[in-house]
Amino acid sequence: MARRTYVATTINGMPTEFLCEPRQSVLEVLRDELGLTGAKEGCNNGNCGACAVLLNGQVVNSCCVLGVELEGADVTTIEGIADGENLHPLQQAFLEEAALQCGICTPGFIVSAKALLDSNPHPDEHTVRFWLAGNLCRCTGYDKIVRAVLKAADASGAPVP
Amino acid sequence: MTTSERSTNYRVIGTRPVRPDGVEKVTGKAQYGADVRLPGLLHGRILRSPHAHARIVAIDTSEAEKVPGVFAVVTHRDFPAARDVVQELGESSVNAMELSDNILASKKALYRGHAVAAVAATSPHIAEEALSKIRVEYQVLPTVLDVRDAMREDAPLLNETRFTKELGGARSEKPSNIASHIRFQGGNADDAIAGADVVIEREYRTKMVHQGYIEPHNATASWNADGTVTIWTSTQGAFSVRGQVAEILRHPISSIRVIPMEIGGGFGGKLPIYLDPVAALLSKKSGRPVKVLMSRTDVFEGSGPTSGTWIKIKLGVKDGKIAGVKAELAYEAGAYPGSPVGAGSMTMLAPYAIDNFQVDGYDVCLNKPKVAAYRAPGSPAAAFALEQALDEAARAIGADPLQFRLDNSAREGVRMVTGAPLAKVGHEECVQAILDSPHYKSPIEGPYRGRGVASGYWFNGGMQSSVTAAVNPDGTVNLIEGSTDIGGSRASLSMQLAETLGIRYEDVHATVVDTDSVGHNDVTGGSRTTFASGLAVYEAGMDIRRQMRERAAREWNVPADQVEYEDGRITWSDGAGNSRETSFAEQARTAPQKGGPIVGKASLSARGVGGAYGTHLVDVEVDPDTGKVTILRYTAAQDVGTAIHPSYVEGQIQGAVAQGVGWALNEEYYFDDNGRMLNASFLDYRMPTTLDLPMIDTILVEVPNPGHPYGVRGVGEVPIVPPLAAVANAIADATGKRFTELPISPRRLVEELHGLA
Repeated sequence: MARRTYVATTINGMPTEFLCEPRQSVLEVLRDELGLTGAKEGCNNGNCGACAVLLNGQVVNSCCVLGVELEGADVTTIEGIADGENLHPLQQAFLEEAALQCGICTPGFIVSAKALLDSNPHPDEHTVRFWLAGNLCRCTGYDKIVRAVLKAADASGAPVP
Repeated sequence: MTTSERSTNYRVIGTRPVRPDGVEKVTGKAQYGADVRLPGLLHGRILRSPHAHARIVAIDTSEAEKVPGVFAVVTHRDFPAARDVVQELGESSVNAMELSDNILASKKALYRGHAVAAVAATSPHIAEEALSKIRVEYQVLPTVLDVRDAMREDAPLLNETRFTKELGGARSEKPSNIASHIRFQGGNADDAIAGADVVIEREYRTKMVHQGYIEPHNATASWNADGTVTIWTSTQGAFSVRGQVAEILRHPISSIRVIPMEIGGGFGGKLPIYLDPVAALLSKKSGRPVKVLMSRTDVFEGSGPTSGTWIKIKLGVKDGKIAGVKAELAYEAGAYPGSPVGAGSMTMLAPYAIDNFQVDGYDVCLNKPKVAAYRAPGSPAAAFALEQALDEAARAIGADPLQFRLDNSAREGVRMVTGAPLAKVGHEECVQAILDSPHYKSPIEGPYRGRGVASGYWFNGGMQSSVTAAVNPDGTVNLIEGSTDIGGSRASLSMQLAETLGIRYEDVHATVVDTDSVGHNDVTGGSRTTFASGLAVYEAGMDIRRQMRERAAREWNVPADQVEYEDGRITWSDGAGNSRETSFAEQARTAPQKGGPIVGKASLSARGVGGAYGTHLVDVEVDPDTGKVTILRYTAAQDVGTAIHPSYVEGQIQGAVAQGVGWALNEEYYFDDNGRMLNASFLDYRMPTTLDLPMIDTILVEVPNPGHPYGVRGVGEVPIVPPLAAVANAIADATGKRFTELPISPRRLVEELHGLA
């Protein structure tokens, strides 16, 4: 077994330390070492987006980043999107718009969509579709997901440019 | 999205509440199979055959067992001898010997990816390292990968002792890859076609495709020293897993407890088992709980996609009516018998009234994964063929394609090819809904743009369900059920119970429990859950109503049959001015003092299944230079019986359309000559993304199913039936070229449009 590396990072606002093998991905570290199982493995090679997290504010597929790369980083996972008991507008919109069926892709979609709305509070439908094209959903046909993101954008209260 | 006007007076049914499991799923708390964590947990991985057809001469696991961190290794030798019995899986069935052999190969590997051994170790990486140290000696055999080739007498045989089950139970003279031949016949198709004005004769092909659920298969098992086994898994049917594991391991059913975790999609692919008995045996050998996960490549190569098909149709039209149809369907079963060719043969003609027909079906084994159910299994490929032939026929006689379908439509009383008459069904209503839609009334103009329509049918299922509904003193109800919730059935069942009891949706708390905690429930498959478990929920609700009426009658000293229950109010009146009233809430609150807990129960085998029809309309634009097809607009009309939760009904239709569009345009298992799948990843197996689709409009046509108190029909499967043909018909309209083979990929389009084929 390879020697494990000490990593100090911030996850969902909490200073977090862990040991990981050089070959372990961020997804493995989150799920197997830290018990944060909200990020899902759908493909383990960056094609489905179910494991998306925010790394220093950018969306990444956590299966394609190594755990050791989190040293000094700031990570947000699906577990850190809601503000305590107050759901994020995206989470609320996904519920109200029935934008999930089996729900396995939902964490990735919400994380990716959050990154979109953080940088572009009022995207049009095409922008939403372009941004979310890295997240696969097999249940919904995307219709209600796209509507939910557009609804969350409207509900966010951000000024319309 | 368009939703039809509702004509009923339901209070809860037809509303769109938030689903009970929603918050857990948007916050990442929901526990799926891969999320199981247990003390001492080991990680299992599977070794798979690199050859599509090979005799297994020897397996040496000794080096793997020496790897530090490895606790157990298993092969087929660890399985007990399987019995030659058939297990029902809901929408498919499987022979236990073949299931056992598919889970871990015994004498032969029959497809690339066929499991041959498994390892449990302290980490997944160590397990994978140990797999590389298992030495398997293979004698490689010739492969057969094409369904027509596999039917030839000189084809390599997968099983030298398999003979064709012929018509009437006869057996073929020689061994064959054709496992069975079926026929449905009525009238005289040959004479009818001979006398027709227009005859269309075509061959069609579709490729093997995968359900594409995002969550890979998983199973975690813990085997105790006393022989009790607990299994945590993502499955469409916990009781089905329990039954299959009991059969494969020859273990008492009551000693196995299956805990259904949240499921990340199934579409039929999570009816059979692959990992559960392996995890159980690894746990038995190691004395520790073991979790086995598939990788995405494992899922493609080692689970059950649906059949590639070859279909030949000869169809005659006379005086605007379908005079007769002859069809041959050959479906790939994969490594073992059991393709959905029976369902394909039975559904193909179901939207229409056709007196003269002969439909022949062939179930064909070849060196590909054993197929599993995939949403309306067998029907989409059959509709791809028939609905294109109908499109050509309508064009040939100058008929509007929808009017042609309306003129030939099946309706109540029309016999299907099986001879069974249809109950009240809504195909005509669906076609009419599309005819009346703003989409159909809008023009489609411009070069390389076209419009297509197609219809489809699915039987839907009934089967067994059990539920318990426990009334709490605060007026809430715990609904205990055993149907896997893939797309919102906790909501649709809670809504039916709330409707039955006249209480609020929010006061029903639904939980899907394990196999020790509720009576038997068949799989979530066959679009049966909202219908059949809904029926059980209704019966359990009526049981509660009966108990409450009887308690009130005793208290009031009046006959129970004079006590009414409506909208949560319990009343008695003698018509002469004397009356009494109580309520559900009051009965719930006082139950501890007035006879004890009130629990409604129902176990049933559901009758009154309502089949479902859909008619789809699609506009496309073809780029002649790149071969890219853009879906410009899509409208799907479907007879949904009664939409309990319209949002999730729409969602079923939209999701199925997306799968159908992917099937039509891009998805396929792409094999090399040796049977190696070259695109076993989500990068290369090209499923639709957000950018590939527009919004998908739905028209919910409600023709209530007379066999259900709320008129429910299954809705989940039929919407994948029409899209393949609808898209192909639209592409034919756009390009003037008829594409009879799927997928209509950019490459195929460019080759055809530029004469490069």
